[in-house]
Amino acid sequence: MKKEEPGVLMPEKKSIYKEITYSFEDPFFSPFEIQMGPQHPSTHGVLKLRLILEGEKIVDLEPVVGFLHRGVEKLAENMNYAQVLPLTDRLDYISAMNNNTGYALVVERLLGIEPPPRGKYLRSMVCELARIASHLLWLATHALDIGAMTVFLYCFREREMILNFFEKICGARLTVSYPRIGGVRLDVEESVLEEIYNFIPYMYEKIEEYEGLLSENRIWLDRTKGVGVITGEEALAYGLTGPSLRGSGIPYDVRKHFPYDAYPEVEFEVPVGKNGDTYDRYWVRLQEMRQSLRIVKQCIEKMPEGPVCAELSPDLDMPLYKRAYRAEAFGESTLIAFLNEGAQIVPKGELYSAVEGAKGELGFYLVSDGSGKPYRLHIRAPSFIHISALKKLSQGHFLADLVAIIGTLDIVMGECDR
Amino acid sequence: MKDRLSEIVREIKETFREALSEIGEFRGQTYIIVSQKGILKELIKFLKERGFNHLQTLTAVDYLNFGKKPRFEVIYQLYNINERIALRLRVEVSEEDPSIESITDLFPGANFLEREVFDLFGITFKGHPNLKRILLPDNWKGHPLRKDYPLEPEEKPEDFIKLKEWKKRLEEYGIK
Repeated sequence: MKKEEPGVLMPEKKSIYKEITYSFEDPFFSPFEIQMGPQHPSTHGVLKLRLILEGEKIVDLEPVVGFLHRGVEKLAENMNYAQVLPLTDRLDYISAMNNNTGYALVVERLLGIEPPPRGKYLRSMVCELARIASHLLWLATHALDIGAMTVFLYCFREREMILNFFEKICGARLTVSYPRIGGVRLDVEESVLEEIYNFIPYMYEKIEEYEGLLSENRIWLDRTKGVGVITGEEALAYGLTGPSLRGSGIPYDVRKHFPYDAYPEVEFEVPVGKNGDTYDRYWVRLQEMRQSLRIVKQCIEKMPEGPVCAELSPDLDMPLYKRAYRAEAFGESTLIAFLNEGAQIVPKGELYSAVEGAKGELGFYLVSDGSGKPYRLHIRAPSFIHISALKKLSQGHFLADLVAIIGTLDIVMGECDR
Repeated sequence: MKDRLSEIVREIKETFREALSEIGEFRGQTYIIVSQKGILKELIKFLKERGFNHLQTLTAVDYLNFGKKPRFEVIYQLYNINERIALRLRVEVSEEDPSIESITDLFPGANFLEREVFDLFGITFKGHPNLKRILLPDNWKGHPLRKDYPLEPEEKPEDFIKLKEWKKRLEEYGIK
């Protein structure tokens, strides 16, 4: 990183077009409206942008979202707590582990359940693997948008290995539903843990390889330095979180501020950028992958023995004999209690709980009325809020830079539209 | 941390005494219920001056089934990154006048969240730069997250009715 005072911006790119100013009152101003998307390779899903251009410069921009709206919040109000979990897989489908953990945490905090230590460590481990997979996909597509084809293929190679680990852990690759309310669904075999452990030094090498391809690449530097600059205070006001905020130099990480699972017991750093441009956000994400590997390593080394799921957790795939046993012992199992309507079986109240998703702060606001179904479940999707900052980031840039700016925010439309 | 929060809550109590109806805590999270929505903007400005610089979320809840009198509550979850304290404001909004002031000039990040609340609950935000539906199409009728909005449409498409009939027939044979 350069030795500059924090908050001092990079000088903007020099261009003859920079000196021309536009205004709608100007009689010579002739805006050109163009619709980008919803079918466009660089919008990473079904995002539509209404652009007003002057030549190739962006004067105004309006994002149009909602093409993938499935009404997850309304659906959740009509299902019991255990049934909502698979819906959260479909939010940010690239790092589904983080979404599951976020939802499981809010219900655990409501019910007052604490997962057993092994469950906590397993959950943190898979969350960090999912973060690496998500950042790999981001790097692949971001590099492809800007024109680096090789990185795309390399990143998918490593992402495939992580998805194979998920398959060995829980049988699914993308929509995993592995973290459950009160822990995780299944224990992991020692051989799989060993494989993941051997994967860590390999992955360190590969990250260096990506850096070798990009970090000092002249084209990459020209396309990313000084593009989409936002200062720390502005980024906070616009609601940016996650790597997009940390690229602007604010060390806000939910894992440090609201510790959950095994994060208070492992050591890791929060990398921050300085200039708040596309390059810094790229740098922050690469460093984050290294920190994630560090967390995975510590999780496997410290992995305690014991059960993986809390005794009182409401689980849908509970074996029948276990259910009958429980019904005998307690009069009613938690699952059967969830299905009952009317009776008060969970505490009344409302709470907000967040996790550090791969894209940013993924929050769940839960209102409980005491019955087995959530009364209201609001999902704070980071992508949704990041898209609203697109106008601020891209004003005055060229149309070609917009592709880099969309990429740097790392948006997933499944999460944005819910 | 805790001392600082109680200090701020006390300050709020002194400044806006008449507008608050309840201050409580659930699972370690402090919330304030505001009964007069007129002071909202002042209150948020007051908190922003005291270092609450991160709007974690903004949403609404429809308390129709609770039988509460002001039907809606708009929720502001604020966080102070430097001092690590969080505070939740719950502003009561009545069914007769579902409107509240916009805070987009203080937190530009609230722009889409306010549009979402308008779209799904029908609460209008005064002073919002571009208040229109965001997740649903512009010609949509009703506001889906209100509790009196039906989960299934009243007029069902023909295929759906046929499917139900087939399902019924299968159940008669004992197949589920």
